Amino acid sequence: MTAATRSGQRLGAIARQRELGLLVILVVLGAAVTLRAPQFLTIANLSQVSVLASVTAVAALGEALVILTRNVDLSVEATIGIVAYVVAVSLESHTFSAPVAILFGIGLGLLLGIVNGVLVAFLRVPSIVATLGTLSVFRGIDYFIAGSHQVPLAGLPEGFTDPARSDVFGVPVFVLVTVILVAIGTVILRSTRFGRQVYAVGSNPEAAAILGIPSRRVVFTAFAACGALAGLAGVMWVMEFGTINGTAATGAVLAIVAAAVVGGVNIFGGSGTLAGAALGALFLGFVANALPLIGLSQFYLQAIYGAVILAAVAADALILRRLQRSRTRRSGR
Amino acid sequence: MTAVTTSATPRFGWTRSLARWETLLVVALLGLIVLGNALSPFFLTAGNFANLIAALMEVAIMALPMTLIVIAGEIDLSVESAAGLASALLGFLWMSHVPLPIAILIVLAVGALGGLLNGLLIARGGLPSLVVTLGTLALFRGLALIVLGPIGVSDFPEAFTAVGFGHVPGTVIPWPFVIFLVLAVVLAVVLHRTWIGRHIYAIGKNSGAARYSGVRVARVKVGLFMLSGLIAALAGIILTSRLSSARADAAQGMTLTVVTVVLLGGVNIFGGSGSIPGVVLAVIAVAVMQNALRLASVTVEVQSIALGLLLILSVVIPTSAHRAKSAIERVRGGRPPPPDSVPRGEQRIPSVEEEPS
Repeated sequence: MTAATRSGQRLGAIARQRELGLLVILVVLGAAVTLRAPQFLTIANLSQVSVLASVTAVAALGEALVILTRNVDLSVEATIGIVAYVVAVSLESHTFSAPVAILFGIGLGLLLGIVNGVLVAFLRVPSIVATLGTLSVFRGIDYFIAGSHQVPLAGLPEGFTDPARSDVFGVPVFVLVTVILVAIGTVILRSTRFGRQVYAVGSNPEAAAILGIPSRRVVFTAFAACGALAGLAGVMWVMEFGTINGTAATGAVLAIVAAAVVGGVNIFGGSGTLAGAALGALFLGFVANALPLIGLSQFYLQAIYGAVILAAVAADALILRRLQRSRTRRSGR
Repeated sequence: MTAVTTSATPRFGWTRSLARWETLLVVALLGLIVLGNALSPFFLTAGNFANLIAALMEVAIMALPMTLIVIAGEIDLSVESAAGLASALLGFLWMSHVPLPIAILIVLAVGALGGLLNGLLIARGGLPSLVVTLGTLALFRGLALIVLGPIGVSDFPEAFTAVGFGHVPGTVIPWPFVIFLVLAVVLAVVLHRTWIGRHIYAIGKNSGAARYSGVRVARVKVGLFMLSGLIAALAGIILTSRLSSARADAAQGMTLTVVTVVLLGGVNIFGGSGSIPGVVLAVIAVAVMQNALRLASVTVEVQSIALGLLLILSVVIPTSAHRAKSAIERVRGGRPPPPDSVPRGEQRIPSVEEEPS
């Protein structure tokens, strides 16, 4: 037990190093890109990058929570897409006022997350199959509702997209929202019973069950929260892009999972932080923004996402193996 | 530690329930055919049958190695991108005036190499196949985009496009269906009649026990993923031939259908059981379903609702049935409940402790 706690602490320490490392990489990368393309390091560009990354980051927070419990949610992009369309179209048809539409979007995301949670936690469908299925179902419903209709920017009420373009004391509103969510989430994960249960279920499901931790309820809650955060990301998507049709956020899941994984959320579950996931999203946003500036085509982005996922997972496995080896040596086995 | 719950079922138990699952499939298939016939008088014609089968052949071909991989307790999400990369690479090579037979060989080799990358990371690196193949899902698609860009290549010779598009002379049987059948027979023999197949089942049931019994777990897994990459490349070539067009976004979204077909065919998502005949049956069932939906003028996009539900149900139904059955047996026999309070999907993730030191 003590060895496990100690290794947990050391894993935590390594995760913190990962965040630090990511920050260093960000700064170095930023400096390198700026040398070739000075327009990178302008307030306008940096705030554009961070606003865009915030949408991914909010969804990545939910994904991180799910990955912490040793599951994965592939349906987030469909949740973002369906929420974005429903919110946009309800505003266009004046069904909801702006605040109601925002709450409705988050609520719809929560509902879809609950569907995933029931499937995985209570019907015991492996998360990969359940969320691959709901990815297809949610997207199909999205297409069914939307048809070929597209909500234009002009269809949205005056000022609805402003939060994506305004700032508070120089900090973009979206970035502020992300930081607040990271702070709340971090407090919950570190200082509440639920938070410790999330890490316990993720690092050793069998031991967690023996200790009497209600692992199914924990997994269910993680999926529900992931859905709600994806719903919020869907609302932010509308504010960011304005023009919305049934294909919004198609393919976004790769960036979201990549953000969580590169941010140090261990795919084996049980270790990682929300701040890491948000930093991961910022890192990927940096890369996406820097590519055209250094003369590489946007086509490289997908390959880079893939390579980043593979590299991060391989690094996690190496760290874990080394930790386990040193633990074995210490305990004299 | 890995397969406590699945290995507890006696052998005759799963064979019997598998037989029942296949019976269920046949009944569902007959129901779909009756429904389709009511929807359209063209449903039961040979020409329509050829169409509905041809449109699904790439999926069907990729489902065969996927069956073996899922039985071994892993998954390969990257197949659709491997097929897309094959299509893009073929287009690029043809554009660069490489003779077609050589281009095809190169494409197949690249597919196998991609599979080798998956296999090494999973089997030697001890990484979960889910995340590795999610990574290569993005990586292969990205490479396809880098190789070919947004263009389409369509000036292939007729001899090449005839393979994907044409029929066996004198019949309505499409050539890809013949390729599928040959592959299905070969893999069925390998899986159900050779030591390789027995090793695959052993790995899926309990990979730790398999290793201690002398099964070369890592080697078998690497082989399976290479096969998957190779066959995905073949599917990409067939798709290019059938559509007479090579594109970087070819086969996008196909993994979902492949996995659906495999699980609908009665392959256990937790590994250890499943059969090729079941998957072949599932291919036909999905083809009939898609065709019936199309005849009912349901758009392709909306059909994905049916496909997703099918995927989820094909796991929920057998799992729930199994749990209900064991609950009934427990009540009858008065035995204590099994120690499976942990969601079973979470037990599949290989832990580092399983690696040989």
